[in-house]
Amino acid sequence: MLTILFDGIAYGMLLFILALGLAVTMGLMNFINLAHGAFAMVGGYITVLLMQRAGVPFLLCLPAAFLGAALLGAVLERTLYRPLYRKPHLDQVLFSIGLTFMAVASVDWFMGSTQQFIQLPQWLRGRTEIGTGAWTLGMGHYRLFIIAVCAALTVVLQYILSNTRFGSRLRASVDDQRVAAGLGINVNMVFLSTFAFGCGLAGLGGALGAEVLGLDPTFPLKFMIYFLIVVAVGGTSSITGPLLAALLLGIADVAGKYYIPKMGAFIVYLLMIAILIWRPQGLFVRQGGKA
Amino acid sequence: MSDSSRAHLSLLDATRWRAWEPLLWLAAFAAPLLLSQYAAIVNEIAIVALFALSLDLVLGFTGIVSLGHAAFFGFGAYSAALFAKHVMPDPLVGLAVGIATSTLLGAFASFTVQRGSDLTRLMVTLGAALILLELANKLDWLTGGADGLQGVVMGPVLGRFEFDLAGRTAAWYSLTVLLVLFVIARRLVHSPFGATLKAIRDNRLRAMAIGIPVGSRITVAYTIAAALAGAAGALLAQTTGFASLDVFEFHRSADVMLILVVGGTGWLYGGVLGAIVFKLMQDFLSAITPQYWTFWLGLFLVVLVIVGRDRLLRPWAWFKRGSAA
Repeated sequence: MLTILFDGIAYGMLLFILALGLAVTMGLMNFINLAHGAFAMVGGYITVLLMQRAGVPFLLCLPAAFLGAALLGAVLERTLYRPLYRKPHLDQVLFSIGLTFMAVASVDWFMGSTQQFIQLPQWLRGRTEIGTGAWTLGMGHYRLFIIAVCAALTVVLQYILSNTRFGSRLRASVDDQRVAAGLGINVNMVFLSTFAFGCGLAGLGGALGAEVLGLDPTFPLKFMIYFLIVVAVGGTSSITGPLLAALLLGIADVAGKYYIPKMGAFIVYLLMIAILIWRPQGLFVRQGGKA
Repeated sequence: MSDSSRAHLSLLDATRWRAWEPLLWLAAFAAPLLLSQYAAIVNEIAIVALFALSLDLVLGFTGIVSLGHAAFFGFGAYSAALFAKHVMPDPLVGLAVGIATSTLLGAFASFTVQRGSDLTRLMVTLGAALILLELANKLDWLTGGADGLQGVVMGPVLGRFEFDLAGRTAAWYSLTVLLVLFVIARRLVHSPFGATLKAIRDNRLRAMAIGIPVGSRITVAYTIAAALAGAAGALLAQTTGFASLDVFEFHRSADVMLILVVGGTGWLYGGVLGAIVFKLMQDFLSAITPQYWTFWLGLFLVVLVIVGRDRLLRPWAWFKRGSAA
């Protein structure tokens, strides 16, 4: 029981890191980016390639995955995404679906369609159990590691967002682009760096999650819906909203699959639709922000 | 002639059948006879065109972005296939059942698209399709689960025309259904009802202000679209004698959106034209690279959006950019 809760939290934290970039892009640029999963996949494959071909240790692969995905994100933002900010949502959806299809097919071409595995270092493979009976808490070390990394990231991000100059610029741009630009904030630069950073986070999440979520070329399509659920349910105006939504989703998914395996992902989708009918703007909406 | 009657005539003019329209349909009906080896692909085009027509009512005329239209397509397909397998093999009755069940589903689902932003609608429609996919997967005693629903044997159409191996009967059957439903949809969008839908698409707030009952109009439009999509699904299940989880998959919803956008939204022939272009392109590309054709599809989508989807199909507008913009 506690083990399920623990696994759910680990899963939710992972989803949070993966989806956070999406939440920020959507809140900031009002851009529906269905291709976000592709950046996560890039991060995962960078890790796999570095570890298998070059023998780089796991801990060094994580920043590499972050940088690789962030770089790719920056290049794509500058070249392809920027002209689309002002287009209708339908165009954005089509564009990002197209990008996802391309990413899936090209990874399939280069890497093959089989699932990739990551050899975790020895110290991450164990498992610790605390307590007895029904209240046993079994903690896989790797999941503990994921929770620690993601929690640290969350704290750092929250600090950047609320206490630094860049954070206040970012929040100003989210709230009202035109006024922010009028105040002398280089909104394009804020967009670019935020987009790249979000993609980097996705890449990091992909690298961390390759072991838990499984990594194959259909990754962006398979998990796109999960990222979108996190964003749609959590709202796009803060990072606590997506965090809570991701934790809720992670726990609901793991518990649902464990207790009622027949229903599968059914519960999650049903829950999402119910929440969205109840509160179309997401569960956690800050008053006063731009809709 | 007074101004009001002139305006009336110009409005009527838009609804008149053009000379090329009967020709197009004649060509479509002649295609299985003249190019009998392509009868199967004509059948597929007719089905996909009907599906795209259905999405056009929702997306092009009412302005609701739906990424889960496969829900109704698949629901129609499974109900028609189950009906043929367990109740009776007559295609027309099966088609009616498929349409009826997906109409009910559409009426039920229409409450989910009433509120919220584009993102909310995207998620809700996508979620509905995924729920049905999951249901069809898990209820394997009924649907055959991941193996698909096999052993569907169809009777002859109208008790006379057997489905042949070459697929000619299937093609004509699908084309006829497409034509009938197309005429109904055409009548619908040119009616005052259709005009209110377009008003909702263009500006929901103003539509509400001039007294259009936005909520009920969206419900009706969504339900009718669901019925058409169900008909398309039923046709697919009947002409292939098979229904599998594939009919609910995400790529179906994405494909049909692409088809509609290629042909042009808010124009009934958009779906038909897009279906022809898309199917021929798919056939051509997957003959070259069977496994990786989605890459080219994706590239096409990206280019389409970057160039501008209203300009790609009108090459003569490419060089007018400076003066028009």
